[in-house]
Amino acid sequence: MLRDPRMRQVISACVTLGFAVGVFAISFGVSAVSAGASVAQACAMSLLVFTGASQFSAVSVLGSGGTAASAFGGAAVLAARNGVYGLAMAPHLEGSLGKRLLAAQLTIDESTAMAVAQDDPAHRRAAFWVTGGSVYLFWNVGTLIGAQLGTAIDPLTYGLDAAFPAAFVAILFPVLKDRVSLRAAITGAVVCLALIPFVPVGVPILCATVGVLFGIPEPSAAEAVT
Amino acid sequence: MSWTLVFVLAGTAYFFKVLGLVVVGDRTLPPMLARCLALIPAALLAAIVVKDTFSDGRALVLDARAAGVAAAAIAAWRKVPLIGVIVIGAAVTAAVRAVA
Repeated sequence: MLRDPRMRQVISACVTLGFAVGVFAISFGVSAVSAGASVAQACAMSLLVFTGASQFSAVSVLGSGGTAASAFGGAAVLAARNGVYGLAMAPHLEGSLGKRLLAAQLTIDESTAMAVAQDDPAHRRAAFWVTGGSVYLFWNVGTLIGAQLGTAIDPLTYGLDAAFPAAFVAILFPVLKDRVSLRAAITGAVVCLALIPFVPVGVPILCATVGVLFGIPEPSAAEAVT
Repeated sequence: MSWTLVFVLAGTAYFFKVLGLVVVGDRTLPPMLARCLALIPAALLAAIVVKDTFSDGRALVLDARAAGVAAAAIAAWRKVPLIGVIVIGAAVTAAVRAVA
């Protein structure tokens, strides 16, 4: 399978993404410890929760003095989107129950985005597993490094807070394959921005899924969705 | 931070992942629903990008991150590899923040 040059490209892009997420995980480790988590708690979150946006949201609420309940609420809302990713990935990830229970833990933004950006089933599956596995590895190593660094560095000084949206911009470009996905993306962005000042943190992202309604009309031959 | 929060959040996160992929995902989806699901990454990724670029909690802000993410977007459009896009985004943000 590694003789296929396209497959090599896909795998190297997925591993690079994992590495980049690892750099970002350092800033999660730092934020978690600054918000009052122990090194063990920061690492346990990355190993067990393993969904970056929820983890960040929980520590940011705790760090700004919020209660455990409000930290949990925002994080849970964000975690719900992985369920939607699971729905999108399910047709591509057939196999034993054990394999799918493992795949479930790896069903996150990055693995789903890399998988759906591929054109055929073999590349999709490879993109999912390689991205999920490498993100899991680097995310946990990065968290440990960041938690050990603790408050010794300020992530803002190095622009690490922009690392995440920068990575997502890079993932977003290949997903915008046609006019329908472009409309969905613009709608998602506008809805999210418009709601941010008015609803609790985490909710705008969920409401942005309204952009998928552009998928309802039958696509014409010139404007196929996939 | 309490360990209870860590474990309850871990259980909740895994519950959602399994619900989508294993419990509901086994059924064959009607084509309309499948088309909508295929648009999820576009809608959500775009929303995450604008949220992480232009907000701080519930406040809309325009700060150094906007310059960094704009630079990252240009880099991504010019097909710079992912790690380069991230480094450019972080470096431009840090530079603008340092001089601002």
